[in-house]
Amino acid sequence: MRDVAIISFAQTRHRREISDINEVEMLMPLMGEALAEAGIAKERVDFVCSASSDYLAGQPFSFVMSLDAFGPWPPISESHVDMDGAWALYEAWVKMQMGKTDIALVYAYGKSSPGNIRRVMSRQLDPYSLGPLWLDPVSMAAMQARLGLEAGAFTEKQMADVVAASRRHGAANPFAQLGGEFDAGALLAEPEFVSPLRKHDCPPVTDGAAVLILAAGDVARELSERPAWIRGIDHRIEAAALGVRDLTRSVSTEQAGARAGVADGPVDFAELHAPFAHQELILRSALGLADDVTVNPSGGALCANPIMTAGLIRFGEAATRIGRGDGDRAVAHATSGPCLQQNLVCVLEGE
Amino acid sequence: MGKERVAVVGVGQTHHQAIIDGSIAGVVRTAAQRALDDAAMTWSDIDAVVIGKAPDFFEGVMMPELFLADALGAVGKPMFRVHTAGSVGGSTAIVASDLIASGLHERVLTVAFEKQSESEAMWALSVSMPFQPPMHAGAGGYFAPHIRSYMRRSGAPDHIGVLVALKDRLNALKNPYAHLHQADATFESINETMMLWDPIRLGETCPSSDGACAMVLTNEAGGDAAAAAGRPPAWVKGTALRSEPTMFAGRDQVNPQGGRDCAADVFGQAGITDPLHEIDVVEMYVPFSWFEPMWLENLGFAPSGDGWKFVEDGVTQMTGELPVNCSGGVLSSNPIGASGMLRFAEAAMQVRGQAGEHQIDGARTALGHAYGGGSQFFAMWVVGADKP
Repeated sequence: MRDVAIISFAQTRHRREISDINEVEMLMPLMGEALAEAGIAKERVDFVCSASSDYLAGQPFSFVMSLDAFGPWPPISESHVDMDGAWALYEAWVKMQMGKTDIALVYAYGKSSPGNIRRVMSRQLDPYSLGPLWLDPVSMAAMQARLGLEAGAFTEKQMADVVAASRRHGAANPFAQLGGEFDAGALLAEPEFVSPLRKHDCPPVTDGAAVLILAAGDVARELSERPAWIRGIDHRIEAAALGVRDLTRSVSTEQAGARAGVADGPVDFAELHAPFAHQELILRSALGLADDVTVNPSGGALCANPIMTAGLIRFGEAATRIGRGDGDRAVAHATSGPCLQQNLVCVLEGE
Repeated sequence: MGKERVAVVGVGQTHHQAIIDGSIAGVVRTAAQRALDDAAMTWSDIDAVVIGKAPDFFEGVMMPELFLADALGAVGKPMFRVHTAGSVGGSTAIVASDLIASGLHERVLTVAFEKQSESEAMWALSVSMPFQPPMHAGAGGYFAPHIRSYMRRSGAPDHIGVLVALKDRLNALKNPYAHLHQADATFESINETMMLWDPIRLGETCPSSDGACAMVLTNEAGGDAAAAAGRPPAWVKGTALRSEPTMFAGRDQVNPQGGRDCAADVFGQAGITDPLHEIDVVEMYVPFSWFEPMWLENLGFAPSGDGWKFVEDGVTQMTGELPVNCSGGVLSSNPIGASGMLRFAEAAMQVRGQAGEHQIDGARTALGHAYGGGSQFFAMWVVGADKP
């Protein structure tokens, strides 16, 4: 594989609602920041790939206008995915494997605030059988948590510990929406929201965007003092029907993690896209992370969950921490679909 | 191109129609199964699935790749979803091609679809957003001024669009998968149809179709094996993407820079310096008849201002020097998300010699072209019978 690294990352200060500016205005300053951090003009970018969902924007072809944030003139080589931005990163990485693309810019954005996100996300389901029931992602995650608790895969105390750690980390992250010191016991005293989940076990509703720049080989070394090298990356999907999956595991994460080579060396920390507290525990187990591995030093999706973007942010957060020497080898992960249906796993290393 | 050569070894499509009486999963699986059958492969032979479609609103399913994972045999495999406006079918094929060219995978299934009967695409395209240019009613309302501008610049006479529509409708009679089969179409019958968006008549527009297209792509070893088994592959000789901004006064929507750059890129990769003489057949994205002469110029087949003369002289007829849209094109079948992939797949069918009644004898090199948005997203590939 050709060596490709993350050399630059920028994100919004994520909020419950960013209603005073549109998506282009949200992205433009981030493009500037990310390019400035890499020390390049946009003309050096060989490929651009973005991620978003029309269902959040409430408009077909919503990504068409958002591309204006980059200023694609003269015309550029560019693509777009209707998946989390981590998959846009994957498409760019594939393009770079072919040799001619040295620098790629990846961006993702999503505003959940304009609609009712639980109802919107229910449109992801099979439109013939589950969609008409308006089954929402919180309810499905609650069923998953219930199965996990009953199977003994994890405990409510462990879930509360995940939340307490996330919020503590979130407090130290200026971009996170939520953060603070919470006692696990006090969290467990909170009422249930969608049983067995409490509100803090669920992701906040977030508006946000992120921009990330990839560079290959010596170009990355030229532009970054400590690039975060992609050493392995893979993604896998599972069946849509919840009833045919073992929801207490994440088989596709196990598959992708094995192919990405997570177990080939020690993991210093992991940024896992776990929108629900119990999903962090499922993912930790699926990736075989040791108990002492810090997960989500950024606070994770429990502290800011801009849909279509939260996975890409995991890559940016992990790369930023490698860049400043917090660790040498990290796992970045993204998920899509109800109850961790589709998962992408990447191993990032400093040099 | 990348480290590995890429070969198209299987092509499949649905019988495109106004309403396919089946599920979305059934539509995509039908096309995919036909592509696998054509490739003499089974589902377990496939390493990864790449799917594309136009806006999710068209069927009312957000990120439908998630619920289609089972139907496309993707469970346990990588599944990737592309969306780049009308060019998406082409872009999707290019992402699939990249997965082979980069050496990551050996056999990739790529699928694109639209089931327009699930909604009303024209109104889905007409959502008025604050501070954005209104699309009026449907895509035709957006493109009609561009066509009018082309006619003014080039001095093209009014009947050129009708000639294109007539050619494509008659070509479609040779394609059993085409949506429209209008055996009684004549110049007069098309010319007399209702004026929808002046100068675009009803008879010069694409239909709303349900349908899907699929291809199986392999690396060089897979292409060689198919050839040895008597199933000639189409070799991918070049792929290119270009995008332009929406809000930029410097754009020329009649002859977009993005289209010119994309063509130059893909022809450069394929080693083509004289496209008119080196390309044997073209499948071009023509949703409104007038885009054929416009794209002939944009792609460099005709000098600027002369595209309409090619049409009038019959150059783009199946019997002409540069046959365009022998399948009947988008004007005869438009499952939007699949329309770009159909162009790519029909190009591959021509160089594989499998286009049946609409086959151009001896076609060795073909161009597949797709565009989207407000003439601002472009995807193209050149395929050939000979290994690059």
